[in-house]
Amino acid sequence: MNFATPAFMPAMPEIFLLSMVCVIMIIDLFLKDESRGATYVLSLIALIATAFLAFSNFSTETISTFNGSFILDPMATILKIAICIIVVGVFIYAKDYLKDRNIYKGEYFTLGLFGVLGMMVMVSAGNFLTVYLGLELLSLSMYAMIAMQRDSIVASEAAMKYFILGAIASGMLLYGMSMVYGVTGSLDLATINKAVSGADRVVMSFGLVFIILGVAFKLGAVPFHMWMPDVYHGSPTSVTLYIASAPKIAAFAMMYRLLVDGLAGMQADWQMILIILSVLSMVFGNIIAIAQTNIKRMLAYSTISHVGFIIMGVIAGTQAGYGASMFYAIVYAIMSVAGFGMIVLLSRAGFEAENIEDFKGLNQRSPWFAFVMMAIMFSMAGVPPFLGFWAKIAVLQEAVNSGFLWLAIIGVMASVVGAFYYLRVVKAVYFDKPVDETPLQASMDIRLTLSLNGMAILALGLYPTALITLCISAFS
Amino acid sequence: MFSNLPLLSLVIWTPIIGGMLVLATGSKNNIEAKGLSLLVSLVTLALSIPLWSQFDVSLASMQFEELIPWISSFHINYHIGIDGISMPLILLTTFITVIVIIAGWKVITYKTAQYMAAFLILEGLMIGTFAAMDAMLFYVFWEALLIPMFVIIGIWGGPNRVYATIKFFLYTFLGSVLMLISLLYMYMHAVDVNGVGTFNIQDLHKLPLALNAQILIFLSFLLAFAVKVPMWPVHTWLPDAHVEAPTGGSVILAAIMLKLGGYGFVRFSLPITPDASMTLDWLVIFLSLIAIVYIGFVALVQADMKKLIAYSSISHMGFVTLGFFLLWKITDNTGSASGAVLGLEGGMVQMISHGFISAAMFLSVGVLYDRMHSRMIKDYGGVVNTMPAFATFAVFFAMANAGLPGTSGFVGEFMVIMAAFKANFWYAFLAAITLILGAAYTLWMIKRVVFGPIANEQVENLEDMSGREFFMMLVLAISVLIIGLYPAPLLEVMHASIDNLVAHISVSKIP
Repeated sequence: MNFATPAFMPAMPEIFLLSMVCVIMIIDLFLKDESRGATYVLSLIALIATAFLAFSNFSTETISTFNGSFILDPMATILKIAICIIVVGVFIYAKDYLKDRNIYKGEYFTLGLFGVLGMMVMVSAGNFLTVYLGLELLSLSMYAMIAMQRDSIVASEAAMKYFILGAIASGMLLYGMSMVYGVTGSLDLATINKAVSGADRVVMSFGLVFIILGVAFKLGAVPFHMWMPDVYHGSPTSVTLYIASAPKIAAFAMMYRLLVDGLAGMQADWQMILIILSVLSMVFGNIIAIAQTNIKRMLAYSTISHVGFIIMGVIAGTQAGYGASMFYAIVYAIMSVAGFGMIVLLSRAGFEAENIEDFKGLNQRSPWFAFVMMAIMFSMAGVPPFLGFWAKIAVLQEAVNSGFLWLAIIGVMASVVGAFYYLRVVKAVYFDKPVDETPLQASMDIRLTLSLNGMAILALGLYPTALITLCISAFS
Repeated sequence: MFSNLPLLSLVIWTPIIGGMLVLATGSKNNIEAKGLSLLVSLVTLALSIPLWSQFDVSLASMQFEELIPWISSFHINYHIGIDGISMPLILLTTFITVIVIIAGWKVITYKTAQYMAAFLILEGLMIGTFAAMDAMLFYVFWEALLIPMFVIIGIWGGPNRVYATIKFFLYTFLGSVLMLISLLYMYMHAVDVNGVGTFNIQDLHKLPLALNAQILIFLSFLLAFAVKVPMWPVHTWLPDAHVEAPTGGSVILAAIMLKLGGYGFVRFSLPITPDASMTLDWLVIFLSLIAIVYIGFVALVQADMKKLIAYSSISHMGFVTLGFFLLWKITDNTGSASGAVLGLEGGMVQMISHGFISAAMFLSVGVLYDRMHSRMIKDYGGVVNTMPAFATFAVFFAMANAGLPGTSGFVGEFMVIMAAFKANFWYAFLAAITLILGAAYTLWMIKRVVFGPIANEQVENLEDMSGREFFMMLVLAISVLIIGLYPAPLLEVMHASIDNLVAHISVSKIP
């Protein structure tokens, strides 16, 4: 057998990150609790360096290595950089929260970094096995992160629930993959793509349904969304931050890799399924969110509705549609990390700002962060000039262009319903008297990052051209 | 002198950036915030005057145009410009904002800086809406201005403000999202027709559209603009919003935000979907007449002064939409489109005039409310005895609201009624009823509030207007009189653009 050394360069960011995580893990073993800050700083450095490596690896062409199981294309590069930057934000927001609750351990950061590695592998996957490998690396890290606060009953429940449901979903995904493998005789996405046309439609369709089920679970699309509110609610906010942001970018990439790179020949089949998922997610997500009083649960349902929009872009089945979807996924992650960041900002030792009530009168306590919260909420509702508006426009435009006018109409109608619960938060922030008059206690780095994050939502909303162009050009 | 400056952009962005500076001065009730706001609004007013003095009235095309590519992937440009239709509305906006800032000077003691900043930002966004020549830019401004208004009603409003402001936001948001879909549809259609998508409003004017597509687009526009105007039966948010809003909010709402809806009809509905407008003109005329007559009766029975004026606004805005959509009935009846110009110009004059009169009416109520903290008619009576100067202005503006000749209220209503005569006697008959009704509800309110014996001790202790209040009233009264006595300059500004518009919409766009 002829053994050729594969090209390692395209996977350099992943290799670097893996080595860094191992180093950090070992260093962390020898650190005392009071010098845990070193792990934190090292993790941030690792992420930034990884992002930089990914950036320097940018190539407009599609490069595949490790016998086609690893793909480096513009989409992969952009998404990897986005993931790293988002997780930098997550770590900064999480630090004080963890400290105040005595869960400031090195494991949070190392698991988080392993999760990032998993996401990066998913984003670059060119093979069913790589997809699965990345997915499980991410999922297992997340299960453990949720369970880290082991004295908390809700957290343990959330971890358990997520683990069991996640395992079932992974099983379904594997089952679907095995069927596709049975028909096409390959695990390689590019090979499968070529073999689809001659393959047995019945078995392929079965396989497709199971694969979509796995993807929908990871994205959190209705009717596979049940875990999200409980897990978001039960996890410590430091972990919710993580679960709710970057993994959705990776889930979008997984959807793209499996359905477009692998099963583009079955577009007519998956389009129908995705339409149903998209409509249900937008409608149910927005309607059920109205009934929530807990802001973490509310944001979970809001995520579900955003997922409906992310799927809507893929339905179009055009290059521009994938670009719009990808743009939406990144925008969603930016907004989501800011939204949960606000919860962290208002929380302090012994107090979780989990309910909408806790946001009452924020304008009295800090006009600046009241404004940031308003920007986040209006952005999520899709009101210009904030960033979320352009994400919706990009996706709706593609839906209209490819003849799904009615889908776009359902989308905007669902947004109007959604506007109500976002407005309710703005109402609490601006119109209500504060229940809790204590000044905000968050440290300077959280304040600064959150301000930057909020400003990004406004500034990118005023000038979204660069990001939109980048996302659309990734697919052409 | 100003030819090199991007004047229009300055008029849009000066108040927005100024508003942010005001926010930065802090949220205390300090004089710097108020002074800075007044300065910014005056500078904006000064900047907007060259828009008028250097405006070439003989041109129908866009003037002061600026075009900067914005989002190239979707062909969205920062494209602004004004014509004879939008220019008067922009001047109205800059003028009324100064009044509003002065009106809030003493009254607003809670978070003054935020209040002033919200109005300045709102001003910039409203001017942007009037000036936008790119449909998506228009939409961005159109939606973004909901945010400051939402905050204004919600923070400084009356007891039921949260309900009112959420209702206001959701109503207008629901109205406009379908317009967004229509814009996206036309973009796609432009790709099919011309090979390249466009959001340029003037290109959309030329875009051929089949009748059924036009009808759907027209209906989506109708919903967006009818909510804003507001037309019966989607008017129910307005009385709530007006009653709960602080005086400044009511003034801006009535004087300018309602005009956005009317402006939308002229800029979007009529020229983009002329055939659908022709097919469905009966619908708009029908709704307008209901607004004029039925809402007039509703106004008659109001016990709350602000509600009464709010309903009066809806009724008066009915004239505007009526004037805009008489075109085809007139052409059918007389065989020429010259009468149609009368209807459109009448509608436009009515918008400007209503901007001044409704602002003055709400300010009058504000003057009383600041002293008595009641808007109920029954709490007043005999105000003339203690506030003679106020009573003079109140009676004057009431007369203007009723359409007394010599005031601006007369010009617009008279032109629309004239146009209605050319279309159909019964339209004119029904529209003219409102002159009687308008006189009835406004003067009856004045009789109960201003005249008669002094009703109670509180009225007896009222102080007359301060210099600040007197000044605002005087400026508005002069404006109302000037337009009423000599409307020619205003009509001259609009004439070329309206002629051009009528010529454009008389031609079918069906491919």
